[in-house]
Amino acid sequence: MDKNRFFFQHYGLTEHDLERYLAAALSAGGEYADLYFEYLSSTSLMVDESMVKSASQGISAGCGVRVVVGERTGYAYTDDLSTERILHAARTAALIASGPSKTPVVGFQEKPARSLYPVTLPSVDAEITAKVELVMRADASARAYDPRIKEVRASYSDELRNILVVGSDGTFAEDSQPLARMNVSCIAKTEGTSARGSSGGGGRVALDFFFGEKTPEYFAKEAARQSILQLDAREAPAGEMEVVLGPGWPGVLLHEAVGHGLEADFNRKQTSAFAGLIGKRVASEKCTVVDNGTMPWRRGSLNVDDEGQPTQNTVLIEKGILKGYLSDKLSSRLMGMADTGNGRRESYEHIPMPRMTNTYMLAGEDDPEDIIRSVKHGVYAVNFGGGQVDITSGKFVFSASEAYLIEDGHVTAPIKGATLIGNGPDVLTRVSMVGNDLKLDEGVGTCGKDGQAVPVGVGIPTLKVDRLTVGGTAKKDPGGFMQ
Amino acid sequence: MPQTELTTENQKLKVDLREVAQDVVRRAMAGGATAAECVVREGDEFSTLVRLGQVETLKEAGSRSIGVRVFHGQRSASTYSSDFSREALDRMLKSALELAKITSEDPFSGIPEASQLGALAGDLDLYSPDVYSLPGAERIDYARRAEKAALDYDPRIKNSEGGSFDAATGHKVLANSRGFVGEYRRSYCSVAAVPIAQSENGAMQRDYWFSVARNLGRLDSPEEVGKIAAQRTLRRLGGRKVKTAQVPIVLDPMVATSILGHIFEGINGDSVYRGASFLAGKLGQKIAGDQVTVIDDGTMVGGFGTSPFDGEGIPTRRTIVIEKGVLKSYLLNTYTAKKLGLQTTGNASRGLAGTPGIGPGNYFLQPGTKTSKELIAGIPQGLYVTEFLGHGANLVTGDYSRGASGLWISGGELAYPVEEITVAGNLKEMFFNISEIAGDLEFRGAMACPTIRIDGLIVGGE
Repeated sequence: MDKNRFFFQHYGLTEHDLERYLAAALSAGGEYADLYFEYLSSTSLMVDESMVKSASQGISAGCGVRVVVGERTGYAYTDDLSTERILHAARTAALIASGPSKTPVVGFQEKPARSLYPVTLPSVDAEITAKVELVMRADASARAYDPRIKEVRASYSDELRNILVVGSDGTFAEDSQPLARMNVSCIAKTEGTSARGSSGGGGRVALDFFFGEKTPEYFAKEAARQSILQLDAREAPAGEMEVVLGPGWPGVLLHEAVGHGLEADFNRKQTSAFAGLIGKRVASEKCTVVDNGTMPWRRGSLNVDDEGQPTQNTVLIEKGILKGYLSDKLSSRLMGMADTGNGRRESYEHIPMPRMTNTYMLAGEDDPEDIIRSVKHGVYAVNFGGGQVDITSGKFVFSASEAYLIEDGHVTAPIKGATLIGNGPDVLTRVSMVGNDLKLDEGVGTCGKDGQAVPVGVGIPTLKVDRLTVGGTAKKDPGGFMQ
Repeated sequence: MPQTELTTENQKLKVDLREVAQDVVRRAMAGGATAAECVVREGDEFSTLVRLGQVETLKEAGSRSIGVRVFHGQRSASTYSSDFSREALDRMLKSALELAKITSEDPFSGIPEASQLGALAGDLDLYSPDVYSLPGAERIDYARRAEKAALDYDPRIKNSEGGSFDAATGHKVLANSRGFVGEYRRSYCSVAAVPIAQSENGAMQRDYWFSVARNLGRLDSPEEVGKIAAQRTLRRLGGRKVKTAQVPIVLDPMVATSILGHIFEGINGDSVYRGASFLAGKLGQKIAGDQVTVIDDGTMVGGFGTSPFDGEGIPTRRTIVIEKGVLKSYLLNTYTAKKLGLQTTGNASRGLAGTPGIGPGNYFLQPGTKTSKELIAGIPQGLYVTEFLGHGANLVTGDYSRGASGLWISGGELAYPVEEITVAGNLKEMFFNISEIAGDLEFRGAMACPTIRIDGLIVGGE
């Protein structure tokens, strides 16, 4: 065991201490216990009205102790990393069990893990003046795009999360997880009309990412472009129609329609509309969907999950057939299936559960232009806000922020933002064309589940869904049911 | 079940947090700040989830954090820490003072004037230690009883995401360099049930119900909560789509509150000074129907949105936001008030870091007199919405489009459940088209709204 040993160095923690805490956690007979140490430092900056109005930095640290017995979990945490407080938390979490004490295995074993984000200088430690330059450049670029851009807000935030996970089964995993992102939002105004646009991105990257690969100007122009475009948007249609989704962030469709429904906890409890469907057809043959936590530099990637398990590339749907669920330690043990390394948590204050990482559909063979050409009357949606799903009924929504009408095979007028709604277990069966242009999102996704937020990625190639309900306001058929 | 007692008393060393906050402010000033403000937060939480009669999770913990905002003339910055050691607080102060050198001079920045600062006097009934008074086993029993009542209610309730009982207390201290120091404690407890019903064809539906209170005595019985959760879930079984139509809609109080939330977003000073809301510049103008009166009151005894002072140390107050459809006041903090040439309404919300935001006190739509049943009775064909999905509201343009489910209204009565539909329109018109308001106002959080009817929306379906 060499590596950086952050908590050993900064808090004088020893392997002996860890064994002692785990023993306290198992003092009432739990089957499994783990400790999650976290030290999170973060920075954020915001420019508004071309002024840096807000700058903040902070540090939070703590330790969460979990004890598992059967399906039961006891959890306690402390933001004070003294021996006395961690032992108190361990004894509190232990109360979930009621039996003779158990002994953790002696000696920790660290599995070889990937190095998906090997930054030399984490952005939190980089010069603040360089970060100020980023937000100021974004502001200037958005304003220069068009005189109708009247309001610009640009923000930059980064963090470095050092974690240590140790388990009573000998698990020992450390990671140092950088995360950075920029966001730009604009308001365009003309006489009588206003519109907004926003853009952003990042990942588990160092600061130089924003000076090379994706510059502030890149995000600023995109936000400005969207807000100007929306000034001329017309009413969106209402009702069921053909929908073409552009590549990248519209992959939020997968996240809501199938991703959450395939998290193992919901299936173990039989509360998901996907429960019992393994081996069954849930999508058209053209659809293969994976959750891949091993992509370098990605926002949704992790070397190890928050239970210390290396992440992996998991096939969820293969050529339309449901292949597997996303699992954490608890669900994999209770369901007798492999742990896919998807046990995640927001912080030391939270109990881990199965979560997505980067969820995307593999590229198909269709030319994106042929996909558009095949649509007589429909909607082409290329940018989205967020989405939501009711995993029990399977109903999901996602809200388009940039979309166009397709008329007779041609993309025509931009339309106002509209919510799209569908049913998770059958929406992918209506995917009739899959483009050859797979793209992942820019790195802005944050997923919420049971009040816990974690960074994720999504992606799709251009897709055609034969039938999806579009929530517009245009009265397509005034002769119909109106009053 | 383990027959053990859980203790929730925070065993930490008792430190006078007022003293800590004032000391940080003093040291910031000694370090060269021209003004400073410090917030300290401390809290305890307990939660338990029981699923199918068995305890699934038990969680218990306490934590605290400290944040400081410093000014260098008209530049400002903020930092925070969860570590209260002398070294950590020194580091926090040092980085705040350094950070304040790189931000811009903003002529409107600053903390409130001394004459504006203060706190409401008297007991606001926000804190009751009895939320932790139940022994561990009884807390678990609350959760179990709520779930059991739901499971026992009807044989079609076949599964559950569980029953839960939560309790929490919080303690907040604020101090600044104009001599303000104030603190308050708040408590909270809740019981909830999330049953799942299954129809004969295997399709499942889930819904929930909960009760929340500042003390245990005011909590509804777990049996009542479980029963309502079961009823709400069962009425969704057999949901179908409907044809796209323009019909009157009735929003139940839970979803109607979200419409009131959009008014809040639209009239909060931050959206207003940036012109990021279609309600900016509409002070004194008609923005909603005659029956619409909206009030924000941070002073209500025992309220979920009550506090003796806001996030900047300004006493909270009662503000009439909309009176009979006319926009009477924005909701503001010190910064946005200065930007707009107005006075703060005492709505500053202060997190640990960053500049203060704007939050509601107890913010509500003045109720009418009819019952929700009477509202529904007046509609030949329409939609009663019980759930919205997604976040499709755009305050810049007013465009509104959300996923929905609920019950179809036919002949003035609830006829059958509907799902996988959308509701769309524009908030500018929707506020004017709030045509009826029921009398069933009940606070379940800082914002509350009775059942309302809105006309003119497009329901998107087949």
